[in-house]
Parts: sequence; C-alpha cells; structure tokens
Amino acid sequence: MGAIYILWLRELKRYVRSRVQIVVSLGQPCLYLLALGFGLGPVFRQAGHGSYLQFMAPGVVGMTVLFSSVFSGIAMLWDRQFGFLKETLVAPVSRMQIMVGRTLGGATVAVIQGTLILIICLIAGFRPHSSVAIPLAFLFVVLIAVVFAALGTAIGSIIQDMQGFQLVMNFLVMPIFFLSGALFPLVNLGVVMSVITRLDPLSYGVDGLRGALIQSWQFSLAFDVALLAAIGAVFLSAGAYLFSRIEA
Amino acid sequence: MISVQNLVKSFGDFTAVKDITFEVAQGEIFAFLGPNGAGKTTTIKMLTTLLRPTSGRIELDGLDPMVRQKQARQRFGIVFQDPSLDSEQTAWENMDLHGVLYHVPRKLRASRTEELLRTFELWDRKDDYVKTFSGGMKRRLEIARGFLHTPKILFLDEPTLGLDPQSRNQLWTHVKRLNETERTTVFLTTHYMDEADRVAHRIAIMDHGSIVAQGTSTELKEQTGTDSLEDAFLALTGSSLRDEGADAKAAMRQVAKMWRR
Repeated sequence: MGAIYILWLRELKRYVRSRVQIVVSLGQPCLYLLALGFGLGPVFRQAGHGSYLQFMAPGVVGMTVLFSSVFSGIAMLWDRQFGFLKETLVAPVSRMQIMVGRTLGGATVAVIQGTLILIICLIAGFRPHSSVAIPLAFLFVVLIAVVFAALGTAIGSIIQDMQGFQLVMNFLVMPIFFLSGALFPLVNLGVVMSVITRLDPLSYGVDGLRGALIQSWQFSLAFDVALLAAIGAVFLSAGAYLFSRIEA
Repeated sequence: MISVQNLVKSFGDFTAVKDITFEVAQGEIFAFLGPNGAGKTTTIKMLTTLLRPTSGRIELDGLDPMVRQKQARQRFGIVFQDPSLDSEQTAWENMDLHGVLYHVPRKLRASRTEELLRTFELWDRKDDYVKTFSGGMKRRLEIARGFLHTPKILFLDEPTLGLDPQSRNQLWTHVKRLNETERTTVFLTTHYMDEADRVAHRIAIMDHGSIVAQGTSTELKEQTGTDSLEDAFLALTGSSLRDEGADAKAAMRQVAKMWRR
C-alpha cells in the first residue's frame, strides 16, 4: 500500500508543481469552448437544437479528462528516458502496485483537470439542469479518468520513443475524442459512423456526462456506467500485464 | 554473497555474456573492468533482476534473484550507469520515496536519510529540486539512496562516469567508509583503472563477454608481468579500439527492443 500511495503522491506533486503545464493543458479545452461553443452556436441554434454551449460543455470536460489521463500514462516515456522508471522497476514491490499507483495518480490529476474545466464552463455560461447533476457527473469524470489512465499506462509500457508518442496522439487519442460525440450528437449518423462511434469508449463517458449534466441521454445511465466499468477493468488488466513485461 | 555460475545471456544470435563464473565474498569490494561492450552492464542487469539470464545460476545472499525476486531486491541497492533520480522532486523526497518502496519504517527512514545526506554532504540542499543539482551531487545522492535500505550488496555501474577528480575521490572515500562500517558488499564496474586499483579488493577483467582474468590487483600485475593495473588490463584485452563493441551494444539494444514488443 505504501508504494501505491507514494507513487500516487508523486504524480500529484508533479502536477501541482508544473504551473505552466496546468495553464497550457487548460488552454486547449478553453479554445474549443470559445471557438466552437460560441462560433458554432448560431448554426446549432438555427438547426433547432438549442444552445451549442450547453451541448458541448460536457464533451469538453470529457475531452480534458481524456487528454490528461492518457497523457499521464504516456509520461512514463519521460521516466524511461530520464531513468526514474528503473528505480521503481528494481524495487522490492510488485509491478502491479507500481502500475496501480501511477495509474491512480494520473487518473486523479485528470479528475482535477476535468473539475477545473467544468468550473470554467460554468463561468462561461454553462448551466447544469440541477445541483444534483454535479455528483453524478463527477462519477463519470472518475470513470473516464480511470479508463484512459489505464490505457495510457498500457501504451506507455509499449512505446519507446517520441515518434511513438506522436503516432498515438494522432491515430488514437484524437480519433477517440472526435468520434465520441463530444462535438456532435450521435443521431442520424450513417451506418459506418454509428458503428465507429459506438466502438469508442469515450462515447459512453461523454453520454454519461451529458446525461448527468443536461439530462440528454443517448444510451442510459446504467448502461454507460456498466460499460465504462467493464472497459476500465479490461484496460487496467492490459496495462498491468504490459507494464509487468517491461525490461529495462 | 554473490555467486555466479556459467552465466550466459544472448540476444538473438548475439551472445553478450558467455559462460562467466565468479564469487564475491561478504564485505568485499569487487570490481568488474572491461572495454565498452564487454558485457559488464548486461551482467549487472542480470544480477539485479532486470534481465533474465539465458542460462546459468545466480545466487545473491543464497537467493536465486529470478525465483525470489522481491527478497533478493530487498537485499541489494543499485546505482545505474545513467541517472535514475526524479529530477522534479527534492533530494529529501527522492530518498523518502526510495525508503517507502524498500519498506524502511518511517522513523528509521527519516534518521537514516539525514545521516546519509550528511555523509554525502547534501544535507543543506535536501529541500532543493534534483534538477538544480550538479552531476557530482546527483551521483552522490544516488549512492546515498542506494545505501538507504541497508542493502547487503551495493551495485555501482560506472558510478564516476563524467565526474571531476574531486567528486570521484570523495565518492570513493564515502563508499569505502560505508563498506567498512556497514560491511556492505560492493560490486562495481569502472573504466578508471586507478579507482579499481585503489578501492577494489578483487578485480575481474571482462572482454567480449568472457572473464579473461580475476584476482587482486597485485595478482593481475604478476600474472601479466606488468607494473600497473592499466598495463595489465591492456595486456589482457589488447589495445585495439572497440568500435565494434559499440556496434554490438547498439545491435543488442535493437534486438532487445524488438524482443520487448
């Protein structure tokens, strides 16, 4: 337990100490919120769907949590490069504990980021349907964070260099975001798009957030929670397996 | 304390370590010398559970490090060839994290951290981030950290690489003192013959994956009929440059990389 705690704490310390990075990582979602939220707002309204800001704010929260959690897992690349990873790999604790500590740390940071963006959304004019929506939304933030922090750890255990990192960002993380329904409703899509969006784990996270915050469900509460929990379990196992196979 | 028999490690069709056998007694300082790519680091990696041997037997304090991995890891400390500190944390936090990972009780952790940081002259910088440290300070911190959990064996893989003579000198003084006071067995590799000559009780010379000679510094000199360890080393390993050594190492990394995927 001590090992899990100290590695979790390390991730948190790293986050709190890099103020510049906090600002940078909040900048991107703010840009989406501003450019798309206000830019596409009039078109969306004309199409008869109401306020686009209301619609996309949960998506932007989901995006923030996605990026932050995947990134924290991939940050293992830096630990590999700067050698700290080895220090933990030769320690007399199981790889499982090290992996869980790191992953939970990354997930916690992602939850904090998501919460900050939610606050920014509230300031920008986003209004959840009631105050009970917040705890439920928080549950989904946690689920998304765990799912993608585990995915990040799994990927971080495999890739060796910065090129690999770019590959993952462009061909995995960006598609996960764009095809999740964070920016557009998952209705009246073609067959191919429907299938793809339903294969995207983030779709259920965004749906859960949107359902919790503005009571607009594509799927259902129970379905989203169950599916995310299941995917989380699969990714955690995969992450643990791949992490246990790292050789320094 | 360390017992190695017929140890072999191959990566694909490249054999990095070819059937080596040696013993290190408790409290001994044992140096591994060899040109680049001789297989020193690969050997250390196998001794410290980071690589699985292709064949052969290793015993650390009577334990097979591959079978009883955690118990074996608890018994040794290691300072890697390249740095392994968390530069975004302070010296104190690095020590503390290590202590937690090695199950050192809280009170002992604090007192021993203070003692070691004072020994290695880092106490007044304990709350500074490691990223602000000089190369020598980082090395000292890593070695202090390696001693934190009172290991029975300390592995030092080229610990003085890139340090100025003052730092090197000071570092070995501390290591020697801890070897004497705590009876820690020290296993080191280095390129500096004078260091091995000064610090090590016994020396093994490795080349192309095999141990070509071992014994005390005096024995090695007598065996080769030379009057300095450096001459003895050159007599045993030849004076050709090891460009192919670097290639072999790179090739090995390449194979290891593929193998890991």
